Amino acid sequence: MASLDRVKVLVLGDSGVGKSSLVHLLCQNQVLGNPSWTVGCSVDVRVQDYKEGTPEEKTFYIELWDVGGSVGSASSVKSTRAVFYNSVNGIILVHDLTNKKSSQNLYRWSLEALNKDSSPTGVIVSNGDYDREQFAENPVPLLLIGTKFDQIPENKRNEVLNRTAFLSEDFNAEEINLMTGFTDRKRFNFKSLHYD
Amino acid sequence: FFMRQLFKDYEVRQYVVQVVFSVTFAFSCTMFELIIFEILGALSSSSRYFHWKLNLYVILLVLIFVVPFYIGYFVVSNIRLLHRQRLLFACMVWFTFMYFFWKLGDPFPILSPKHGILSIEQLISRVGVIGVTLMALLSGFGAVNCPYTYMSYFLRNVTDSDILALERRLLQTMDMIVSKKKRIAMTRRQMYQRGEDQNKQTGFWGMIKSVTSTQTGSENLSLIQQEVDALEELSRQLFLETVDLQATKERIEYSKTFQGKYFNFLGYFFSIYCVWKIFMVKFWSQHISFILVGIIIVTSIRGLLITLTKFFYAISSSKSSNVIVLVLAQIMGMYFVSSVLLMRMSMPLEYRSIVTEVLGELQFNFYHRWFDVIFLVSALSSILFLYLAHKQAPEKHMAL
Repeated sequence: MASLDRVKVLVLGDSGVGKSSLVHLLCQNQVLGNPSWTVGCSVDVRVQDYKEGTPEEKTFYIELWDVGGSVGSASSVKSTRAVFYNSVNGIILVHDLTNKKSSQNLYRWSLEALNKDSSPTGVIVSNGDYDREQFAENPVPLLLIGTKFDQIPENKRNEVLNRTAFLSEDFNAEEINLMTGFTDRKRFNFKSLHYD
Repeated sequence: FFMRQLFKDYEVRQYVVQVVFSVTFAFSCTMFELIIFEILGALSSSSRYFHWKLNLYVILLVLIFVVPFYIGYFVVSNIRLLHRQRLLFACMVWFTFMYFFWKLGDPFPILSPKHGILSIEQLISRVGVIGVTLMALLSGFGAVNCPYTYMSYFLRNVTDSDILALERRLLQTMDMIVSKKKRIAMTRRQMYQRGEDQNKQTGFWGMIKSVTSTQTGSENLSLIQQEVDALEELSRQLFLETVDLQATKERIEYSKTFQGKYFNFLGYFFSIYCVWKIFMVKFWSQHISFILVGIIIVTSIRGLLITLTKFFYAISSSKSSNVIVLVLAQIMGMYFVSSVLLMRMSMPLEYRSIVTEVLGELQFNFYHRWFDVIFLVSALSSILFLYLAHKQAPEKHMAL
């Protein structure tokens, strides 16, 4: 067990966008039957073969830390959540494609997570204004996932896809859009997470 | 105001809902304005009368017909089974609501034999009953909660090291969960691989071997899984406790600032007043009591809005945002109507005339008594509740 390195990935996003379902799908390869509200943080583990089939193949445990709550929570909840943000290797930002506000909140989520990393005192200094400069030199890779794609009516799908394309550019992140129900297994190659 | 304050995180898609809410809010505010005009003597008397009537009609219409209908409609459309016959079921829900609404009036002495069924008085009386109950409950709770929150006497001492210790425990628990899950994942993967190998094995022995090895594997798994479940429950509890401690610590810090001290003083003042109100029934002077009641109403409205927003944050989801807005509008409307009724109680005699005239013959004394009773009950029960909660918390910390 000790030979496998540890990789910690945060899964962030608003309440009800589907983080727990996503994590369950990735780790158990099953659809989550009865999603309920996440209190605090729930962790799940996925065994991933990096560069499978090549001589450099290495097996990793990817820990997906699914943190519950919303950006507008009381500051006591925020400071408690900050405990989970230590030494993070990657961040998955989840937003609901049927709900515009959840994508707007992703900026605040990423600020919350990244600021905790950099400042030693753990105090979140910025007032929430988005600054692209911060993400340019950001060493932590981001992955943007949009859920509930099939709940959008046909005619609006293109508009939604455009919007999310802009979002992922802003974050300098990769983007994946998912369906509800998750009936088919999707194999995720974590291309955007590089381990050297 | 609406979009910013209440729904920072969610979309309220239906335009109608927004309209309904703003209409309710606007008319409630105009009612208050009218009362103020009444006292100040602005505008001519007849136009005031006209405005009162208009206002009342609209508010009642909205409160009794429109809002419950929409609430029923949205609730029903959330339940996927009944999606097709939405309208029909919404009407059914609405009729049940009207039925209960009517029934509500029977035990109370408000029916006057002179008026017909759909008269204004009947409707107002019923709305008033519900609203008064609500107000009394809330103000009783607020009266007790207000000193509890602001007075530093009640705040337990929380040090930074307590919080750090709890956080460390939380992280340790999370690490334990992670390591157990790794074991599960690894075991499962090995089982899977072994299963693949064994599929190639044929013969009697092969089958028996495969059965026994998977048996022990799955037994181990379920054991570890149980441990993981218990640990997850523990982590949730630790998280909630940490949040609690952080909140208390912040309250302590807040109380040290000037704003905190100011509110602290207010808290003392209000607590004395509220205690006094609990135990006494008659005021010594109409005017002073009017001002004080005005202040209490304003602060209780503010407290109401804050509590409601917190409450709705806790239970909101994107599906039910429409319902929540409508429920909020309903509660607010009833609250305002009944506060008008109650303010009549504390207004000096000369101003009561127009209010009485507009609202028709209602048994006002009944309302006053009803309000006091409910107020008393809710204040006492909230005192009891808070006392129990306060006692429980230090015990929990002792046990750690």
